[in-house]
Amino acid sequence: MPDGRDVVYLYDRTFDGLLCCVFESYVRHETPLAILPEDTPQLPLYAVREIVTTREGAQRVYLSLSKLGALANEMIEHAFLNGDAGKELAIFQYIRLGYRVGPRVSEMLGDGIVSRVHKLALAATHEAHLMTGFLRFSDYSGRLVAVVEPKHFILPLLQPHFCSRFSSEQFFIYDKAHGMALAYRPYEARIFPVDDLALPQADETELQFRRLWKQYFETIAIEARRNPLCQRSHMPKRFWKHLTEMQEHAPQKAPPSERLS
Amino acid sequence: MDVFQKLTILSDAAKYDAACTSSGVTRGGSKGGLGSAQACGICHSFAGDGRCISLLKVLMTNICVFDCKYCVNRRTNETPRAAFTPRELADLTIQFYRRNYIEGLFLSSGVIQSPDYTCEQMIATLELLRGEYRFGGYIHAKAIPGADGALIERLGLLADRLSVNIELPSQESLKLLAPDKSKHSILQPMGLITSGIKENCTDLVKYRAAPKFAPAGQSTQMIIGATPDSDFKIMRLSQGLYRRFGLKRVFYSAYTPVQSDALLPATDTKPPLLREHRLYQADWLLRFYGFEAEELLDDAHENFNLFLDPKCNWAMNHMEHFPVEINSAPYETLLRVPGIGVRSAQRILVARRIGRLDYPSLKKIGVVLKRAVYFITCSGKLSDGLKITPEGAFRALISERCAAMLPSQQGDQLSLFATPELTREDVVKCLTGEM
Repeated sequence: MPDGRDVVYLYDRTFDGLLCCVFESYVRHETPLAILPEDTPQLPLYAVREIVTTREGAQRVYLSLSKLGALANEMIEHAFLNGDAGKELAIFQYIRLGYRVGPRVSEMLGDGIVSRVHKLALAATHEAHLMTGFLRFSDYSGRLVAVVEPKHFILPLLQPHFCSRFSSEQFFIYDKAHGMALAYRPYEARIFPVDDLALPQADETELQFRRLWKQYFETIAIEARRNPLCQRSHMPKRFWKHLTEMQEHAPQKAPPSERLS
Repeated sequence: MDVFQKLTILSDAAKYDAACTSSGVTRGGSKGGLGSAQACGICHSFAGDGRCISLLKVLMTNICVFDCKYCVNRRTNETPRAAFTPRELADLTIQFYRRNYIEGLFLSSGVIQSPDYTCEQMIATLELLRGEYRFGGYIHAKAIPGADGALIERLGLLADRLSVNIELPSQESLKLLAPDKSKHSILQPMGLITSGIKENCTDLVKYRAAPKFAPAGQSTQMIIGATPDSDFKIMRLSQGLYRRFGLKRVFYSAYTPVQSDALLPATDTKPPLLREHRLYQADWLLRFYGFEAEELLDDAHENFNLFLDPKCNWAMNHMEHFPVEINSAPYETLLRVPGIGVRSAQRILVARRIGRLDYPSLKKIGVVLKRAVYFITCSGKLSDGLKITPEGAFRALISERCAAMLPSQQGDQLSLFATPELTREDVVKCLTGEM
């Protein structure tokens, strides 16, 4: 597309907002140099255009994405959940490429743009998979509560797994890093913003099961094969903070939001 | 004795069982039930020895009437004994599961009174879980050698995966070290399980609601390094088990001395971790890469090369198959290239339908070019500036850890054909996993 000036887009961090950026770029026949969240502290020196999110614009682009095929759509949605900077431009370029070549885009694995978006998507789904294992619930009077701090926004990916597995329970997963939570009670789930979470004191039964788990964890290792490097490479330290069994070993940082009531 | 003490004793007694995957079956949650299963398996934690913790791995009891020489629970060993009641164990499993500590239960047992009685206790636990608690998570049950066929069948209808430990790679070793477990008493339940699974598949085709028998299949385990059996023997045995019994997995457990006995290696022997690692690498080659045991080893080379993994070793010894043209070679051939794994090979197949692949595209796809360049061409061309020599290839294929094991005076003279000067201590160090 012929570029009149170099321009940077600002958007509201929502998926609809990103779709509106795509819409805007086609309407104006221009390609942004970057797509940044509107609350970015340091704006570059280029001309800046704030993109307003409209339902109609987002809807039009979303419907057009169906031309790219199911796999490309999945890649786009998962890549958007990724927390890395620059994901917006990568997805934007992927969509543009998809408009040009159609569903083949998800098969052009040797291409730089496609490879980047697929890797972004994979990082998000991979962390979600790890989190299905590393998430720990605590039982507070029959309700299960968990706290996680993922790099990527994976609550939408965790939802189907936990809602199916614990379909008869009531649970609450608080994503501290993104200020969001997933709440479930049979048989409906909701994801919504949460500022802060005050956890009640754990009762004796809960403490007992934590002790049992920690004891099991310590006992099951074979001393002659002790290998902290192997352990860390499979279970990165950033997950240790909310793992019941690693509580003494986790990197020390006082959790500000956990207040005992 | 309270649950805490029992858990300590009975998980300590179960830890030498290497199998712990929660893979093989996908099952959604049921309304009113608790739990689901994922075919890829989920790792909930990693222990201090680096192994994955996916299931609550315990013995029902470590009281045992058998006297297998390598086992910490042998009858003649002085060790605290304990036993779970079915209710205690079911409760513990459910409460751990609710907190997302585990994917399910891995239940083995010492033989208390008789194999049949032991099996009945295990069945009682599983019936509580599946029936009263409506547990839909993963259950891996060990079939006790010598138990009645009807009990094994009942176990298979409750568990997702069944296994019988083969323990030792040869009948002679078995007779020496585990005289209570005969080859027949191990292979018979394995055969029963295999035929049970086969019949169940036919039943399921006819009646979709037929109860499932061990849907995640069967696995087994053998101990490595307690006896002088060679790697070739072990791989041939594994291959036979996969083909004849249709096993899903064979596990190899590096021998960790817990007992002293005239027939066993000394108690200060380090577990042969590198050898175990090579066996797992070869096992993967058998299952996913289309190799046969006879291609990897033979009577003249009975044990794996300690410096090169089995796939690279095969490639170096069969350079007549290379270079392979990336844009036209079939999948099975791509899999044999060092640096190309299953995922990369599948991606290559997808991507080359769209256009010709070159070296930069291969890098984006995830191929380990450092290794692969010696074995491939892209559109007939070798990588720019590459000179293929056996020494260069060897240096690219050897891992950093193994390169450090080579004597340092070799320097640039690394040669595939001249055996590096190794002292006996070096060889022992390799075998025992000390780097």
